[in-house]
Amino acid sequence: MVWRRKDLLGLRGLSHQEIGKLLDTAVPMKEIIQRDIKKVPTLRGKSMVCLFYEASTRTRTSFELAGKYMSADTVNIAASSSSVVKGESLIDTGRTIDAMGADIIVMRHSASGAAQLLAGEVKARVINAGDGAHEHPTQGLLDMFTIREKKGKLAGLTVTILGDILHSRVARSNIWGLTTMGARVRVCGPSTLLPPEIAALGVEATTDIEAALRGADVVNVLRLQLERQQKGLFPTIREYGRLFGLNRDRLRLCKQDVLVLHPGPMNRGVEIADDVADGDQASIEEQVTNGVAVRMAALYLMMGGNNDGVGN
Amino acid sequence: MTSLLLSVTTGAGSFILVIYLQMDKDVQEDEGKGEQKGRRGKVMEPREKTLLMDAEGVRRAVTRIAHEMVEKNQGTAELVLVGIRRRGVPLAERLQRKINEIENVAVPLGALDITLYRDDLTTLAEQPVILKTEVPFSITGKKVVLVDDVLYTGRTVRAALDALMDLGRPQSIQLAVLLDRGHRELPIRADYVGKNVPTSKKEMVSVCVQEIDGQDSVTIQERM
Repeated sequence: MVWRRKDLLGLRGLSHQEIGKLLDTAVPMKEIIQRDIKKVPTLRGKSMVCLFYEASTRTRTSFELAGKYMSADTVNIAASSSSVVKGESLIDTGRTIDAMGADIIVMRHSASGAAQLLAGEVKARVINAGDGAHEHPTQGLLDMFTIREKKGKLAGLTVTILGDILHSRVARSNIWGLTTMGARVRVCGPSTLLPPEIAALGVEATTDIEAALRGADVVNVLRLQLERQQKGLFPTIREYGRLFGLNRDRLRLCKQDVLVLHPGPMNRGVEIADDVADGDQASIEEQVTNGVAVRMAALYLMMGGNNDGVGN
Repeated sequence: MTSLLLSVTTGAGSFILVIYLQMDKDVQEDEGKGEQKGRRGKVMEPREKTLLMDAEGVRRAVTRIAHEMVEKNQGTAELVLVGIRRRGVPLAERLQRKINEIENVAVPLGALDITLYRDDLTTLAEQPVILKTEVPFSITGKKVVLVDDVLYTGRTVRAALDALMDLGRPQSIQLAVLLDRGHRELPIRADYVGKNVPTSKKEMVSVCVQEIDGQDSVTIQERM
């Protein structure tokens, strides 16, 4: 299987083989992260620019380290301290970075579709690091990588995505990726945070948390995106936590060996209880390590080969 | 031009040379066509296959190399084996078993994937599959013996040397190969060689091992 896409904008539309290739390639990458000398020369002479229009700790650091571990030159641009504040448009900023010879642009933006817009305007390859409520493909990949590592497979598993589905690009990337790989996906949250069209993505949607958790192999708890909430979607954070937070009692409804994931940063005591977040069934820190590995895999597949016949 | 100059000076002898150069040119043209065919996805027709080593031959070579290794290193102290993926790994396993028979010591065994260290990544159309590097011990201060099936241009070994250095600082690195077919492009030589075979660059050498290919053999065949 050869990776032929110019950009990685989302998991929607990627084939079973393409996702499998990304996940398989991440396995040897993880070994590199665990070495004393975390450096391979593969992307020497390649440059990667992280263009972040939204706040981020783990995704930006993860991409930057992934690039550095593979010897790419990496530069970070935070929109708040760049020409963006002078009013430069996204496309102009992208073209400027392109003109400096960047091989890859990793972008996060609050508008859905921003990465696709940029990708059409630049020669550099574009990786979407989150665009609005649309997609966050590398997060979806690292969740799937973690599940596959712990459970040995993806096909046939029941994965419950719990929380604020409406605002979540993580949920969408998980849904596209997991259903392509043959997992059963349930989504659960308050009705105001469950987009009505979500069932069309091939998932079971419910507001009944007990039904959603019963027999689940994996629970992916989403962050309540406090910065994106409009008024009136739910009464109080406390009530949300009481009705939809994952606590130890609710966890007993799942399979005994259930795996708990959270994309971070966590609102402890809201969507996830402390004892669950720090419990044996949670692999939340492991997800962070795996995030670097899948990003290394994506960088390798996108910059490793030559550019003949590349297209989307 | 060369042949014309020679024909002035040496008469009959040069006639043969002229023909030779002409033939060589034809062959090169054929090769060019062959490559184009390959790119279109058609398989190149191999000419006849010659067996260079059978299973017994491979077994004897491994046995001899194991003895040489123990002799050269005066035992197995600090000795570790690292096979280069893929076919160097089963060969390294066999050497380990052989050394165990001789010295009753199980020397540590690792597997190295050199893909990320290749110097031709940007020239390949496909991204090569990366396999896992598994060297579950520190190589610092060890006498590392790299094991591979064929030594050819030396570029794989160059990549392997870099990959090893990224894992630690060995006391020394030696190289064992089942077959040395010449045509080095880098100043690299093997310490232990199963068989030296002069080859042409047009020939294809394939090593099969039981663990991966279901049989042990080394064959050579000419490409059309």
